Amino acid sequence: MFSEFLQFLFTGITIGATYALVALGFTIIYNASHVINFAQGEFLMIGGMATVSFMGMGIPMFFAIILAVLLACLVGVALQRLAIAPAKNADVVTLIIITIGASIFIRGIAQVVWGKDYHVVPPFTGNEPIRLGGAVLNSQSLWVIGIGAVLVVALIVFFTRTLIGRAILGTSMNKLAAQLVGIKTQMVLMLAFGLSALLGSVAGVTVAPITFTSYDIGILLALKGFVAAAMGGLGSGLGAVVGGLLLGIVESMTAGYISSEYKDAVAFSMILLVLFFMPRGLFGGRTVERV
Amino acid sequence: MLQRFIDWRMNYVLVLAIIVFVVPLLMDNPFYFDLATQILIIAATVVGLNLLVGYAGQISLGHAGFYGMGAYFSAIATTTYNWPPLLAIVVAAAVVGLIAYVVGRPILRLKGHYLSMATLAVGFIIAIILNNESELTGGPDGMSVVPLSLFGWELSTFGLYSMFGFEIPGHIAWYLVAGVLLLVAVVVAQNIIDSPIGRALRSIHGSEIAARTVGVDTTHYKSLVFVVSAIYASVMGSVFAHFTGFITPAIAGFDYSIVLITMVVLGGMASPMGVILGAVVLKLMPQFLAGFQEYETAIFGFILMATMIFMPKGFYPTAMNALRRKLGRYSGGEA
Amino acid sequence: MTKKSLLRRAGVVAASLTASVLMSAQAAEPIKIGSFLSVTGPASFLGDPELKTLEMYVEKINEEGGVLGRQLELIHYDDVGNASNARNFAGRLIRSDQVDIIVGGSTTGATMAAAPLVQQAGMPFISLAGAVTIVSPVQEWVFKTPQSDRMAAERILWDMERRGFDKIGLISGTGGFGASGRKQTLEVAGEYGIEVVADETYGPSDSDMTAQLTNISNADGVDAVLNFGFGQGPAIVTKNYAALDIDLPFYQSHGVASDAFLDLAGDAAEGLRLPASPLLVPAALPDDDPQKAVVQGYKEAYEERWDSRVSTFGGYAYDGLMLAVQAIEAAGSTDKAAVRDELEDISGYVGVTGIYNMAPDDHNGLAPESFRILEVKDGDWMLVD
Repeated sequence: MFSEFLQFLFTGITIGATYALVALGFTIIYNASHVINFAQGEFLMIGGMATVSFMGMGIPMFFAIILAVLLACLVGVALQRLAIAPAKNADVVTLIIITIGASIFIRGIAQVVWGKDYHVVPPFTGNEPIRLGGAVLNSQSLWVIGIGAVLVVALIVFFTRTLIGRAILGTSMNKLAAQLVGIKTQMVLMLAFGLSALLGSVAGVTVAPITFTSYDIGILLALKGFVAAAMGGLGSGLGAVVGGLLLGIVESMTAGYISSEYKDAVAFSMILLVLFFMPRGLFGGRTVERV
Repeated sequence: MLQRFIDWRMNYVLVLAIIVFVVPLLMDNPFYFDLATQILIIAATVVGLNLLVGYAGQISLGHAGFYGMGAYFSAIATTTYNWPPLLAIVVAAAVVGLIAYVVGRPILRLKGHYLSMATLAVGFIIAIILNNESELTGGPDGMSVVPLSLFGWELSTFGLYSMFGFEIPGHIAWYLVAGVLLLVAVVVAQNIIDSPIGRALRSIHGSEIAARTVGVDTTHYKSLVFVVSAIYASVMGSVFAHFTGFITPAIAGFDYSIVLITMVVLGGMASPMGVILGAVVLKLMPQFLAGFQEYETAIFGFILMATMIFMPKGFYPTAMNALRRKLGRYSGGEA
Repeated sequence: MTKKSLLRRAGVVAASLTASVLMSAQAAEPIKIGSFLSVTGPASFLGDPELKTLEMYVEKINEEGGVLGRQLELIHYDDVGNASNARNFAGRLIRSDQVDIIVGGSTTGATMAAAPLVQQAGMPFISLAGAVTIVSPVQEWVFKTPQSDRMAAERILWDMERRGFDKIGLISGTGGFGASGRKQTLEVAGEYGIEVVADETYGPSDSDMTAQLTNISNADGVDAVLNFGFGQGPAIVTKNYAALDIDLPFYQSHGVASDAFLDLAGDAAEGLRLPASPLLVPAALPDDDPQKAVVQGYKEAYEERWDSRVSTFGGYAYDGLMLAVQAIEAAGSTDKAAVRDELEDISGYVGVTGIYNMAPDDHNGLAPESFRILEVKDGDWMLVD
């Protein structure tokens, strides 16, 4: 009985940690520019697929991952420079369509370059699952959770302790004021996209041994990440993590105890419920709307 | 005379009517009519969605859910329970409107991305139900739907009808029905826009807080327009189901919601002609790109992205502005 | 530019691209083979090998002089796994391209969406999709080459009964293939004296099915577990199954009958069984098996041409095209009604998937024995019987 519960919890945390990592990527870009980047999932895809591809060229895994992450960062910066920056005064919904267009474009290129097959990324450390209290935990899950935790701490330090981090936050709060005090806002935005791509691609490589990877893996991961970010409260790093974990745990508990057919429906109902009572998510800021 | 026509708010409806009824004279293949009919149906849907997105400024990423609900309600009522199609369409619209009202009231208090999220969730839940309740809906493999029949005679794309002494094949008859539906949809929408409701909606789009301060009951108007756009989607979903004769839950899915909102934004928000153009372009694009084989996805994404970057207001308003500037310079030169 | 000429242009682009496949233009009108496949999108692992197979064999047949002295022309569209696209492209093939026969439809949804059109137009149509609903009830103009999911369920349950299992757990994908397979399994299980004691599902892009499998393994008296689904889902199920150390015999459906599945699932697949066409184990077939030569020929040709491993799904397209060619040859023309009649009349055609014996009440024409039960051993397929 308890082992069953523990199993559902482990499963939920594994899935949830993935969502949390994607949600964090959304958070960084949202914080810097108030854009919801629907191409976020493609960073995950690039992370996974490029690693597979570089490893296929005989590059050792560790370096393959680094190259893949660099490639994703490059794509992230290019996305900001070439697609987001030229449309700076566009409506929210126009920006949404631009990022959706970008994600379709990136996916289309990936499909031509890397093909349509699913690929395996080897687990970082062995295939042997860990047994705990009658439940089983995939060893790769520990990597997902661990890397997630490290990234969260690193982000907090980055945003509160470093000059660049503070500049990003400053830009998000008031672009004009930031410009007045000498922050190069375009530079900051580029940095935010690069950082978000870094996070996304690291997440992509880390979860790939569990989920496999293919050119179209980004679509649904991004969607779940967006749900997690919105549930936690857009712009809140803590919210992204809590939202992601909560979403994962709810999904697996529903699949375990209620109905696997309706687990996604239950997850979506939960987000509606959260928003009914907390219209800015669990940890969303109470910013005043400008007239 | 010309000036009066230019000033007339409904002038574009006449232009649209002419286009709708002249185009068939240029087409000789049933396949083109088939595609054109689908464009008309989807265009009428986005004219409704435009009220919500373009005029009231509220983003919906789940609108296909209502479209799918209308389609499936009609499909099940007529095919499984032998209801007359017209009754099914009306009841479906009423039910979908009611559901939209019930979910709309709480979620329309949300702003920006949170509203997008909530509508996305609603759309997803509807699609999941349609997918899972296979006893009723046939599940992911879809279900077939009986043809539309009005007062006893059946409208099938393969039939042959005589009207006013003319022989009209079914695909043309369907095209004409869909054309009339689009014109009705546009006229109704324009009337809403011109009414006090429309003014209230535009004030919400401008600044919701300002609207509220001057006494506009914003929640009321927002849920009203949400319901209206959901009813548009439901009716056109029903019509689409009867037209194609086979539907799958994909028409209620997230992808399709994105297609709908893209049509609105691509063509030009808050412009009925614009969103119709958006529907035409987006619906024809796969037919054009079919020749590009594996590059199809990448090209589609690129066109979408590039259009929105260089024409953030959409095709139609951008083109119209350019035209107006040209005309203005011309008449300015004369003066 | 008018809408009409725009559409024409699109047609010309598509047609000229497909025409470039042709080696030489002959004076006689080519025979037009139309196809709509899920070449990209979630069902691309079906559509991709199917298209490659069609392209390659149309080319080959043309090099060898064509059919009835006429060249074949393949006109194909990608429906991206979306049923309404499939319907539109079927309409375009019938009304605009005016093809002589359609071989296509990777998924059941795409096939069923196109079926009303081909029925109305009187167009012979050979589907490459799985569900039994395509041919039951029989539709006059619709045929299909893969064994139906009902047959797969029967074959699996037959093997389970043989091994003395009477309570099983079922886990299936919520996509078309899994949902239909689940329905068929639940319907026929009783006939084999088997009770489904646990019934779980997973979404097409779920990344972990441990919770569902935990429930199944905790159900009372389960003897074996069956997974009905395709895509990467079943590979994740297989890995989770191994990680949970579930010590029960495990079955998959024919939906994973490809070497790609073995690559994804790795060691975790060891010992699982599934029904599949003999394409995966050509060497293991006895020499007197009539399918042996056909299967080996297809496998070698495909792998040489495309430098990627053959899959069962491409085999469906091979059989579809060959059945079409045979029917056209037998009819002596491309007269649609005659071709249809000849299709219905085909008997003893030895294909990659099985031996086809069509009949007015059987537009699939395969016997359950066309499915071989395979087991994964040492990372490869092994023929059980």
